Amino acid sequence: MKNNQKIIPMPFRYLINIVLFAAVLFLMNTLITGGTISKYYSGVISSIGISIILAVSLNVATGYLGQLPLGHAGFMAVGAYTSALIMRAVMASGFLKTAVGSVAAFPLALLAAGLVAALFGLLIGIPALRLKGDYLAILTLGFGEIIRVVLLNIDNVLGFKLTNGAAGLQKIPKTTTFLITFLCVGVTCFVIHTMMKSRHGRAILSIRENEIAAESCGINTTYYKTLGFVVSAFFAGVAGGLYAGNIGILNPSAFGFMKSIEILVMVVLGGMGSMLGSVLSASVLTALPEFLRSFADYRMIVYSLVLVIVMIFKPSGLMGTYDFSLNGLLDKLIRLIRGDRGTPGGGQSLLTKKEGGTNE
Amino acid sequence: MSLVISQLINGLQSGSIYALVALGYSMVYGIIMLLNFAHGDIIMVGAYIAWLVIVRLSLSPVIAIILAIVVCTVLGVTIEKVAYTPLRSSPRLSLLITAIGVSFLLENLAQRIFGAGSQNVPTLISGPSLNIGGQHISFTAMITIVVSVISMVALTFLVQKTKMGKAMRAVSEDMGTSQLMGINVNRTISFTFAVGSALAGIGSVLYCCAYPQASPTMGAMLGLKAFVAAVLGGIGSLPGAMLGGFCIGIAEAAVSAIGLSVWKDGVVFAILIIVLIFKPTGILGKVINEKV
Repeated sequence: MKNNQKIIPMPFRYLINIVLFAAVLFLMNTLITGGTISKYYSGVISSIGISIILAVSLNVATGYLGQLPLGHAGFMAVGAYTSALIMRAVMASGFLKTAVGSVAAFPLALLAAGLVAALFGLLIGIPALRLKGDYLAILTLGFGEIIRVVLLNIDNVLGFKLTNGAAGLQKIPKTTTFLITFLCVGVTCFVIHTMMKSRHGRAILSIRENEIAAESCGINTTYYKTLGFVVSAFFAGVAGGLYAGNIGILNPSAFGFMKSIEILVMVVLGGMGSMLGSVLSASVLTALPEFLRSFADYRMIVYSLVLVIVMIFKPSGLMGTYDFSLNGLLDKLIRLIRGDRGTPGGGQSLLTKKEGGTNE
Repeated sequence: MSLVISQLINGLQSGSIYALVALGYSMVYGIIMLLNFAHGDIIMVGAYIAWLVIVRLSLSPVIAIILAIVVCTVLGVTIEKVAYTPLRSSPRLSLLITAIGVSFLLENLAQRIFGAGSQNVPTLISGPSLNIGGQHISFTAMITIVVSVISMVALTFLVQKTKMGKAMRAVSEDMGTSQLMGINVNRTISFTFAVGSALAGIGSVLYCCAYPQASPTMGAMLGLKAFVAAVLGGIGSLPGAMLGGFCIGIAEAAVSAIGLSVWKDGVVFAILIIVLIFKPTGILGKVINEKV
């Protein structure tokens, strides 16, 4: 199939994306630091970015791996508390005031948050992924609840001031900026996108399609399920760290079952298996309650209706497994200018159609 | 010693409620392999109905009990018809997500209609308490335990001895084949939901006797714990659900008795994790080999 061939060569495809992303980032950043976009809106934009990371990372486990973890907020909580405790310690030591500290401390704390969450993902993933469907859902739900209960009560039991229980962890340095949030968004999307395009990603997709068939083709299903789960947990932890730095106060009740469902709604509405869908629905669903106060009251009712209605009428979500590729669009444009007629949509979808294309 | 026994009775009482709910879970799971998240919230609706009838309409508790059970049954069948039937041939994941959606819908609707706070449900059942060897057993505890045991026995009879029960077992074995054998699959599934939801209705009445409050989120945790009970006993097994319910209830009472009541929920889920790792089929469950 000539029409599906990539016209732009490989390293440039990444370069174009990176340059454009950097340009948008720079533009937005100057707008925010210059004061054109108010502090309130930049806070909203940051929380949109956090939602995007959460949705995209849950999409790995739900959309690509085909499991239904209901404890995503638990991983987020682990990351949030890890990062918050580190940042509080850093602030107390005065390291944050130094030039190196102000730049490096928060990214390192985020990395630590992701790693600790990934460790929890591994711990919960190994037993959970031996189970199927509903059991996995319940087990992860149980895990999320246990995390919440532990965060609420650990101080009373062990007697030290760590999580501050129901009163919440306060005075966390508000280090989350637009720039770092969206750098994280970019890294998350890039890592997950390239992983899904690699051999490992294909293995994960094959598990979603048919686990038994995948196993009989020699794919180590346990390994790849755990991998998907751990990657998902890692980025949830990073999002948690950003959340802590954005809000400045942590309360275990923010990471309950409701939060997990909220993230799930974003993934389901956007389309399980579509990164574009996750990004779009995360943005819309986070921005809507901020701008429509009356909607905020009915938010959870609408969310639950959305879950039911989407599942009944369009189970694949709004975007299905469609993913947008800037370079695919450019390829098409170039082809159009050159005048050869490409089949519409050729070379666009990253996840589904191309596999068919290479077979032809 | 007397403290141990009174805690044991407390555990048996709450365990009976878990058992009743777990029976409903187990039946629905057995027949369409769906984890009906909304099951717990049906209990919540039942509790609100009881509250509405007694407090708002000031009618007698008997009417409240009957209405609660009837409304729960109708609600269960309606949910099945509206939300689950269109999805019968779609992947399990979609069904599960729908169930979560329905559960959330019920919770949030209740929150909008009745407010986020809890409402006090007046006494539904009262009677003399029993004294055995200086041990005080309240009337509601007795009623709860007796009703749940009777329900379990009646249900076992229904499933094992009646024609409808035979149809239910056939449908749970193989939906397509049982349809070919002339079983009305839709009616059988609806009937299963009706029975399960009626049990939830009874559970809601008994729950209100034990903890006289109705709040929008009361069903979620109750339902989840009942599911843990069903898994512990072996999902799909009716005596197993009963046994699991009692185990969870007693475990909770034990944890509270040693002064760690805030860790109750954590302990229940820890039990779930341990069961799923070491014996995923539960205490009385059967091993089902996966077919390719």
